[in-house]
Amino acid sequence: MMKKRSTASLPGFRITMGYTLFYLSLIVLIPLAALFLKAATMDGAEFYATITSKRVLAAYRLTFGASFIAACINTVFGAVVAWSIVRYRFVGRQLLDAIIDLPFAMPTAVSGIALMAIYGPNGLIGKHLIPYGIKTAISPLGIVIALTFIGLPFVVRTLQPALEELDGEAEQAAASLGASRWQTFWRIIVPSLLPSLLTGFTLAFARALGEYGSVVFVAGNLPMKTEIASLLIISKLDDADVPGASAIAAVMLVATLLILLSVQGIQWWSQRRTGRA
Amino acid sequence: MSIEIQNISKSFGSFSALKNISIKIENGELISLLGPSGSGKTTLLRVIAGMESPDPNPDSHVLFFGEDVANKPVGDRKVGFVFQHYALFKHMSVFENIAFGLRVRPRSQRPSENAIRDKVHSLLSLIQLEGFGTRFPKQLSGGQRQRVALARALAIEPQVLLLDEPFGALDAKVRKGLRDWLRGLHNELNTTTILVTHDQEEALEVSDRVVVMNQAKIEQVGAPDDVFHHPASEFVIDFLGNVNVFHGRVNQGQAVLENIQVGASDISIPAGEKANVYVRPNDISIDRVPTGKSSIAAKVTRINRAGVHAKITLMLHNQEEIRVDITMEHLLELNLQLEDLVFVHPNKARVFVPDYTI
Repeated sequence: MMKKRSTASLPGFRITMGYTLFYLSLIVLIPLAALFLKAATMDGAEFYATITSKRVLAAYRLTFGASFIAACINTVFGAVVAWSIVRYRFVGRQLLDAIIDLPFAMPTAVSGIALMAIYGPNGLIGKHLIPYGIKTAISPLGIVIALTFIGLPFVVRTLQPALEELDGEAEQAAASLGASRWQTFWRIIVPSLLPSLLTGFTLAFARALGEYGSVVFVAGNLPMKTEIASLLIISKLDDADVPGASAIAAVMLVATLLILLSVQGIQWWSQRRTGRA
Repeated sequence: MSIEIQNISKSFGSFSALKNISIKIENGELISLLGPSGSGKTTLLRVIAGMESPDPNPDSHVLFFGEDVANKPVGDRKVGFVFQHYALFKHMSVFENIAFGLRVRPRSQRPSENAIRDKVHSLLSLIQLEGFGTRFPKQLSGGQRQRVALARALAIEPQVLLLDEPFGALDAKVRKGLRDWLRGLHNELNTTTILVTHDQEEALEVSDRVVVMNQAKIEQVGAPDDVFHHPASEFVIDFLGNVNVFHGRVNQGQAVLENIQVGASDISIPAGEKANVYVRPNDISIDRVPTGKSSIAAKVTRINRAGVHAKITLMLHNQEEIRVDITMEHLLELNLQLEDLVFVHPNKARVFVPDYTI
């Protein structure tokens, strides 16, 4: 293994690295630092009281829980969608491929209104489910649906290149060694896709944590029940409680960062283990 | 394990990859399918493996030990298949790659963990990679990867070993080493082995028999020295090593080049037919003076001394180029220089009369 990348034929490590640091500082790090500074205007006890109040804890649970469930759903079904687009040739494949990107491109408020029209209490699907006691809006389920909607393209777009590069000969080799299709799928295909699945999951999860626009339409925003963390932050700001909003945001930020870092760590470890790093 | 292929054809759309192929492969034999790309050799191998199904035809059969395997999928045929690009499982260690075929067996036939470990270790020592079990494919060289692929195929104790250009992706030196090693391994294990290659040297060196294929058909089947010295067609003589081609005419049953007569044809062919005369570079002698009436005047245009033999390129007066190999001693003796005018004389020639049928 190489310890250092070979010297590129184009010079410019200093200038690109310098620009990277400057850019990251300006766009990402300084605003985030400001957030912590704002939160730090509270004293310790006050800070602790804010982030452990029942309403805030419920919002955290809902945000992380719904995001996690939505990311899991997307990982499974996004993988199926990516599989059919890459593996099969059918009429309308390119149209389907283009539709995948819609949740990326649409203003999230538009997504929210669209989802409400379908899953709301008077929506096309929603109204038929109400008699069975299934509320697809103004409920945590509605939030999961919205987060699934906006997270789908992340999983599909991450998996597509990995599926295209999948070694068809490895599958044939497995078959020639006596593996059934099921064994080939679980022992050969899934492990080869695992790094991309994990990346797709992480992106969908991270996206869901930060989602605001579509959720506020379908959630109903009932405190303790269907109020997500971003909404709580907004309402704190409306009450001119900037330090309180910053405190909630700072906790979200740290938690998200830890999750992203640990997923990155798992990726790094597995690639190193198999000599692919 | 004897394998019989009977009347197998295979087409992909309008492209014909195999045209009515029949061949019998003897038990314990190492046989090569040799041909240029697109000749159908890999398709034939994949049909034998069960990875492609032949065009439906009541007269076509693939028999393993007399048993028709048409309806057996690849996994049930007990074939060890080795791919050109190894097709190792990248996320598994070398040990797990080799153990794969044993682990995927139904529970009732699966060996115990200890038996698997013993089997894998004995295979690792067979491929001379003891101690490499915990490595991953990315940490091995190309030659090592291909040996792991071979061990993985051997783990299921296949009835036949199918190798699809196994050394094609390796550099010349490693290829040569692995080729000799494969021959030794075959002598030891005696598993029926079918090797697909486009490298005539490889085929002639390791095989018991060579099947020369061209354009979806078998041109010739025979022992290496047989196909080399008694090529059945122009294609075979042309494909198996360098050869000079002269275009002449038939006269009194002999091919006539310029004003000289070479190599008698076996059959009496009407005079005036076109005749192609093939002469290997080492079957031509060079002299300073004409020797009898079968010498042709030529001018030396290039002398290459790099190699066991000196390779001389000459130009005939009709602007055709010919290649002649002579020993270094002979080169010194002749004291050849560029632009020298000499006389060449074919000692041994094969004459083919195109399109002529009795």
